[in-house]
Amino acid sequence: MKVTWKDIAPVPNSTEFLDVVLNRTQRKTPTVIRPGFKISRIRAFYMRKVRYTADGFTEKLQEIVESFPRLDDIHPFHQDLLNTLYDRDHYKIALSQLSMAKHLVEQVSRDYVRLLKFGQSLFQCKQLKRAGMGRMATIVKRLKDPLLYLEQVRQHLGRLPAIDPNTRTLVICGYPNVGKSSFLKSITRAEVDVQPYAFTTKSLYVGHFDYKYLRFQAIDTPGILDHPLEEMNTIEMQSITAIAHLRSCVLYFMDLSEQCGFSVEAQVNLFHSIKPLFSNKTVMVVINKIDAMKPEDLDPERQQLLQTVTVESNVEIMELSCHLELGVMEVRNQACEKLLAARVEQKMKGTKVNDVLNKIHLATPSIQRDGVERKPHIPDAVFTMQKYDPNDPMRRRLARDVEAENGGPGVYNINLKDKYLFEKEEWKNDIMPEVLDGKNVYDFLDPDIGRKLQELEEEEERLEASGLYDSDDEDIFETEEDADIRMKAEWIREKKKLIMNESRSRKALRNRAIVPRSKQRKSLTDMEKHLDSIYVDHSEISERARGRAESRDERTTEAGVDVIMREAKRSKSRSRAPSAPAVAPSRFDAGLAKQSLRAKADRIEKMHQRERNRLGRAGEADRHYTESMPKHLFAGKRGIGKTQRR
Amino acid sequence: MRIHSCHFCSSPVYPGHGIVFVRNDAKEFRFCRSKCHKNFKMKRNPRKVRWTKAFRKAAGKEMVVDSTLTFAARRNVPVRYNRELVAVTLKAMERVAEIRAKRERAFYKNRMRGNRAKQREEDRKLVAENEELLKQGGLVSRERIVAKAVEEDIDENSMDIVESAEQREEVLVKVPVRRRKQKN
Repeated sequence: MKVTWKDIAPVPNSTEFLDVVLNRTQRKTPTVIRPGFKISRIRAFYMRKVRYTADGFTEKLQEIVESFPRLDDIHPFHQDLLNTLYDRDHYKIALSQLSMAKHLVEQVSRDYVRLLKFGQSLFQCKQLKRAGMGRMATIVKRLKDPLLYLEQVRQHLGRLPAIDPNTRTLVICGYPNVGKSSFLKSITRAEVDVQPYAFTTKSLYVGHFDYKYLRFQAIDTPGILDHPLEEMNTIEMQSITAIAHLRSCVLYFMDLSEQCGFSVEAQVNLFHSIKPLFSNKTVMVVINKIDAMKPEDLDPERQQLLQTVTVESNVEIMELSCHLELGVMEVRNQACEKLLAARVEQKMKGTKVNDVLNKIHLATPSIQRDGVERKPHIPDAVFTMQKYDPNDPMRRRLARDVEAENGGPGVYNINLKDKYLFEKEEWKNDIMPEVLDGKNVYDFLDPDIGRKLQELEEEEERLEASGLYDSDDEDIFETEEDADIRMKAEWIREKKKLIMNESRSRKALRNRAIVPRSKQRKSLTDMEKHLDSIYVDHSEISERARGRAESRDERTTEAGVDVIMREAKRSKSRSRAPSAPAVAPSRFDAGLAKQSLRAKADRIEKMHQRERNRLGRAGEADRHYTESMPKHLFAGKRGIGKTQRR
Repeated sequence: MRIHSCHFCSSPVYPGHGIVFVRNDAKEFRFCRSKCHKNFKMKRNPRKVRWTKAFRKAAGKEMVVDSTLTFAARRNVPVRYNRELVAVTLKAMERVAEIRAKRERAFYKNRMRGNRAKQREEDRKLVAENEELLKQGGLVSRERIVAKAVEEDIDENSMDIVESAEQREEVLVKVPVRRRKQKN
């Protein structure tokens, strides 16, 4: 159930309401009718407008009506509180007016849409729309007062304290100026105004505090005067509401010193007159301001009067002084205790309690099954255990004692091996070999390794017997012929490899041009060397070649194969003059009659050039075409900057 | 402390050596050296890399099925220390290693059987095919070379012909037939 109403949307006044809805219609529906629209389209156009406006009104009105609490749905306390604050009838009428207006708007829209269906012309349709919207506007304009009222209610409602009628509650009530607010202030952190005049508190205030890890709310009420309910004003009615409807512990505050301006008799009378409201509630009478006046100091008559309070029900009288902070907590705690007890008692009366009680039922068999006594088991060691006494020489030896005997902390090191569980005690300090010949010993550790080894040995014997290990080196010794062949094959392999390598290296270009074979120069010695290497007899060829070369010496021309031979020849006869080809005439000197004229020509050329050089102008040789469209300015996407400024 | 085996090449990884890669599913990969680690990072399959134990086993180059190989195993049931048992175990380890070495030798021999004949056949074929090359090299046959060498020996040194086998072996070298240049 809702306790606060802080989130109600603001209620617009009637003019705002109209503006919002009509504006929205204007914005969200088509606005232009063009010549040549069919009449059906024009009708649809206006019908849409009417409908849209009506929807806007109804939607908004519906929203407002729903956002306010319905009095029938909320807790009676809140119902009553709203009644006292805003007047139940007024509130209901305002809301019903709104929902009535909604109905009317719907009706108007329905009527005019029906009329628009039979509109004969653009003008007629437009007039119908105007009339329809005008009527809706009138209906909403009439809502001026309820809307204003509801807006005020909304603002006030949002500021009401969040009083939860179902939690643990202390209600503080009494005459004005008896110290209710100062008590609330001293037990909670609520900021309540405390002033030395009556009716400082004009509405309900809520403060929260914790007791026994439970959250309690304390409600400070405005003061009440002793007169009939009908005569009470709104402020007093609020406290009456709180007392009447909240299932709580009521703390009735009294001031015996009469500093509040009301006599003890009047206060007691008030208690008696509002007593009917205390039914089903725990009530405590709290006597405040005991620093000024204690109940013992009262004259006997008044004391008697005071005691009439406790006569009927289980009303308890407690004393405190907010001023001196005397007994405040005691009162609070006592009130809370009483409240909790009352709540439990109330729950026990209800029907739901059985569900809980079923669960916590503890069965205790009344009839004994047999005569056996079943006692809790306590081990014998518990009984025989001696109490440890550090001064007893026969005491148990602790690890701490061992440490002290062996040099104390920092020197002594616990031997963890002492705790090992082995078959024999003397094995404890053995060092287990971890690795043997590059193998993990632990991998071989197997309880039945003896058996496995035995099996292996047997297997081994069998294998030996079957001749697995008999060496069959039938071809260790090779015949002479085989050795010869092997040697030759080796030689052939090596030779082939060499040949292959050589040819490969020959083919490698190594950054040189390919010279055709016929143009390659090959000396006689190279040839001889090669033939030697492949074991070919070349003596005849060499001799012949040498003989020929010698005879060719006298001749002038040489060509073809004989060029090869020239090399060999030249190595012997270095003295011969080179027959260099004729040098082509230089074009630089082409036009000169004599070589000596060269200098003169240079000089003349220089003279002609001098003027041009001086002016620094482009000469005729300086032909230059500027680019018409420099690529970097026209191609690609543009980055930063402008075309002109890159 | 234990000696692990390399995930890639299966060689032993001694404490303080190698590197461990722990995958995010907590599987450990131990490598004996950076070579194995790098090969693993290149996602190579150890069964396809020729120098690993895995390859050699997969390719039938090593003994895989044998009773000596069943002795070392990581067991799920911890064995409590027992002096006698450990003593027996240590002895057994040595004996098993011995037998295993013997069997491996036999395995190798068996694997290599027939290779020599095959090689001989190949040699024969090669020699038959390259008669020409042999002629060029003057290596026609052993007898002839020997004969020729002996001849030259007589020519040049006029020494006694030594017929002992050792001497003959010494002479068995490549002897290029080369005439001295006529003209110097």
